[in-house]
Amino acid sequence: MSNTAYRIQGATGEWEVVIGLEVHAQVTSNSKLFSGAATAFGAEPNTQVSLVDAAMPGMLPVPNRECIRQAVRTGMAVGAQINKWSRFDRKNYFYADLPQGYQISQLYHPLVGEGALEVILDEKDPEGSTKTIGIERIHVEQDAGKLMHDQHPTMSYVDLNRSGVALMEIVSRPDMRSPAEAGAYLAKLRQILRYVGSCDGNMDQGSMRADVNVSVRRPGDEFGTRTETKNVNSVRFVMAVVESEARRQVDLIEDGGTVVQETRLYDPDRNETRSMRSKEDAHDYRYFPDPDLLPLELDDAFLEDCRASLPELPDAKRHRYETALGLSPYNANALTADVQTAREFEALLTSVAAASGKGEADVAKRVANWMLSEQPGVLSAAGVGSDHAKNTIEANTAIVVATESGLISGSKAKEIFETYLTGDVDLAAEIEANKQTSDTGAIEAAVDAILAANADKIAEYKAGKENLFGFFVGQTMKAMQGKGNPQLVNQVLRAKLG
Amino acid sequence: MTDLTNLGVAAIRDGVAAGDFTAVEVAEAFNANVAAAAALNAFIVTTPERAIEAAQATDARRAAGQPLGKMGGVPIGMKDLFATKGVQTTAASHILEGFVPEYESTVSQKLWDAGAGMLGKLNLDQFAMGSSNETSYFGNVISPWRRNDGGNAAMAPGGSSGGSSAAVSARLAPAATGTDTGGSIRQPAAFTGISGIKPTYGRCSRWGIVAFASSLDQAGPMARDVRDCAIMLEAMAGFDPKDATSLDLPVPAWEAGLSADMKGKKVGIPREYRMDGMDADVAASWDQGIAWLKDAGAEIVEISLPHTKYALPAYYIIAPAEASSNLARYDGVRYGLRDLPDGAGLQDMYAATRAAGFGPEVKRRILIGTYVLSAGFYDAYYTQAQKVRTLISHDYKNAFTECDVILAPTAPTAAFGLGEKSDDPLAMYLNDVFAVPASLAGLPAMSVPAGLNREGLPLGLQIVGRPFDEQGVLNAGLVIEQRAHFSAKPERWW
Repeated sequence: MSNTAYRIQGATGEWEVVIGLEVHAQVTSNSKLFSGAATAFGAEPNTQVSLVDAAMPGMLPVPNRECIRQAVRTGMAVGAQINKWSRFDRKNYFYADLPQGYQISQLYHPLVGEGALEVILDEKDPEGSTKTIGIERIHVEQDAGKLMHDQHPTMSYVDLNRSGVALMEIVSRPDMRSPAEAGAYLAKLRQILRYVGSCDGNMDQGSMRADVNVSVRRPGDEFGTRTETKNVNSVRFVMAVVESEARRQVDLIEDGGTVVQETRLYDPDRNETRSMRSKEDAHDYRYFPDPDLLPLELDDAFLEDCRASLPELPDAKRHRYETALGLSPYNANALTADVQTAREFEALLTSVAAASGKGEADVAKRVANWMLSEQPGVLSAAGVGSDHAKNTIEANTAIVVATESGLISGSKAKEIFETYLTGDVDLAAEIEANKQTSDTGAIEAAVDAILAANADKIAEYKAGKENLFGFFVGQTMKAMQGKGNPQLVNQVLRAKLG
Repeated sequence: MTDLTNLGVAAIRDGVAAGDFTAVEVAEAFNANVAAAAALNAFIVTTPERAIEAAQATDARRAAGQPLGKMGGVPIGMKDLFATKGVQTTAASHILEGFVPEYESTVSQKLWDAGAGMLGKLNLDQFAMGSSNETSYFGNVISPWRRNDGGNAAMAPGGSSGGSSAAVSARLAPAATGTDTGGSIRQPAAFTGISGIKPTYGRCSRWGIVAFASSLDQAGPMARDVRDCAIMLEAMAGFDPKDATSLDLPVPAWEAGLSADMKGKKVGIPREYRMDGMDADVAASWDQGIAWLKDAGAEIVEISLPHTKYALPAYYIIAPAEASSNLARYDGVRYGLRDLPDGAGLQDMYAATRAAGFGPEVKRRILIGTYVLSAGFYDAYYTQAQKVRTLISHDYKNAFTECDVILAPTAPTAAFGLGEKSDDPLAMYLNDVFAVPASLAGLPAMSVPAGLNREGLPLGLQIVGRPFDEQGVLNAGLVIEQRAHFSAKPERWW
């Protein structure tokens, strides 16, 4: 992909878009930020509500250490500064989904300070250009409950299950300049959160959502006035918001209007944003330090524990796959894209290396090819998902080892695996039955028979029609029911055809 | 048999343990006094059956030879700011009228676990905001005390723990819980001739106490003497993991540590508290207190608390700021009063509910608090007040390099008549002028009765100690108590 900057073509010339994202990520923890209530998704309304979450008189918040730990680990994963001293503030406003009448958040002294993410601008070209997006801060705060307007003709109902659940608000710098960059940043952030295990990243369940800040300017000018589009819940929608909102702002300005600082909502059905409230009727949140909570002070042992518990992160893993395992950048990127794939790859790699008595680097390419191109094809041909009961690590190990050792050919491996998945056959027996032969005598006999039967083709081949070589290979393999070692078949044919 | 209602906590505990009388006899005697004192309006609800049940349990434990607990057999009054499971908890407000918690506050639970029983829920200033008990939605408490002028003017029992002070001084309860945000234990104790201690901030859990100002609220005992306060505070205090500001320290044996020997101790007398135009009787009682402590062997030193004059203004920014946020939860959505006019939306419901549910003083403080936290005013008020608070803490820190405890009057005057100050909030706020500084610094502070003024009304002296030094405070209080021989009690008129 080229490095040409993304520009919006207006009637009066080119415009540049400036994007910042505030991502709310629900912290993976068994209980809420300040109470012991459970956090599982999809529970019956108001079944995961403690006295604290319902803000009963005299109830007090007590910070949940696990939520703090997860936010610190997330900060460390984006190379951010961890503030050993931070504090909780109250953000005061009235709403029916906010039982306390305030949200406990961190305005003045966040838990995590400056960090950054490096994003690959074109996923198909992992060696192509990258961009560093700054992260301004990460703080922890309480989620609100949920209003339900469809339960009663004249009344609204409130579900407080989500009330008090821990969120990380991850605030980027306004460093993104195109929908693709915004999408890449969000995807990368989600990837890291999933690696770290601090958020499940399930945007469709609302456990990760983005507020998208967009402004436009003439390239090189000062920042324009921004709008904030709230609660956008997919990477695709974030990109669509940037595109449509930037277009709207350009059209507005070029028509002589001015962009007003306001909060907007995205309507995916119409692919447009619309105004929710403007700055004039913005709340005065009256932030002040929460007097129920002492400042949060983290000691070195706690930070060390957080650091020690961090897994290998995607960038490091990708680099290791390339250098230590010798994988192509494309394969390394594909295998590390999400943590589950990487885990499966590494498990299979270890298993195959052990079973074949070889080093991991010696079998890595074979395992990577199987996982990325061969196995998915087989699964789809067999019409089963990767979670199929027979798609075990043992079965995959057996088939890859058999291929790796030359026992069966690659194409035979796919056939065998499909038969195994769909039929009632023993995998080991099937491999044994389809063992390829490396007996040169047998191969020579088969080749001789084919050549004898195709004198005309030999003449054509010798006259220059070299692609007929494949025809001879195919005929020989067919005669040997696919069991001839393809390399030896090639070798023998070349020798005989001269 | 002696009138059991003349006994205090220690005497009841010891008498029940010795078998001189049963806990049920004690509970019945106090229940009878409570029932006969409706005119004082000290209780919002009475719970005689709870007092009897707890007493029966104590008597049964004694019969079985089991230990009776620090408060075994002692019936008490519970300020209606503490959530009590199954018993209405209102904070003396309309907005919580009829609210029956499904949980028990940590402090009240500890008292029940120590063998105490509940006589009822005591009246108070609404949400503990007030110094005279006149802001209660359930009508003001009337002090059992009257001036000795032969008139029958109704006197203020102090506030906000006015139900507690009235009940203890009128012998409706041997002791009661109080809470103190800016003097709400000490000032009513002083007004009614009883003792009360606000411990170091964090000693008593705030869990289950309806919040007024979180950084200042602290529970404590109100009783007839210093020993009774020590006993009850031992039962109330202790680390609570449910309160993030709770002190993770063991509870000292304050009763066993009581000593009236002040040899080697220094008592600080703050220069700034001696104000022009000070009430002559209050000034005289302070001088008398100084003499008593000297008599007990203490060295008297003059100290300076230079930022004292900024304490009250800072307090009346910080406390309302926190209150404006703490009281946001009373919105008519989940519990308590809901005023939903026909066709009203959410905002209308909030407005109607809160307009009807809060009294004028509570509204005033919510407005003040909202104002001082609002954009453009935050730094000028709230931030500035927090700086003052820090300076006041430093004042005390410096002072305590020169002395062990500080002696001052509890309040600038004796009790005033009901209605005398209710039209002038500022005059009312000035009542807390001596009490507020120790609250801002989170220090242990106690009021003990020191005598009567020329009108026959009680005067209290206040002792403030270092953080965690409740013992030093109690001991100095004991010195005054032993020398004051305060035995006056209100003449029964109710």
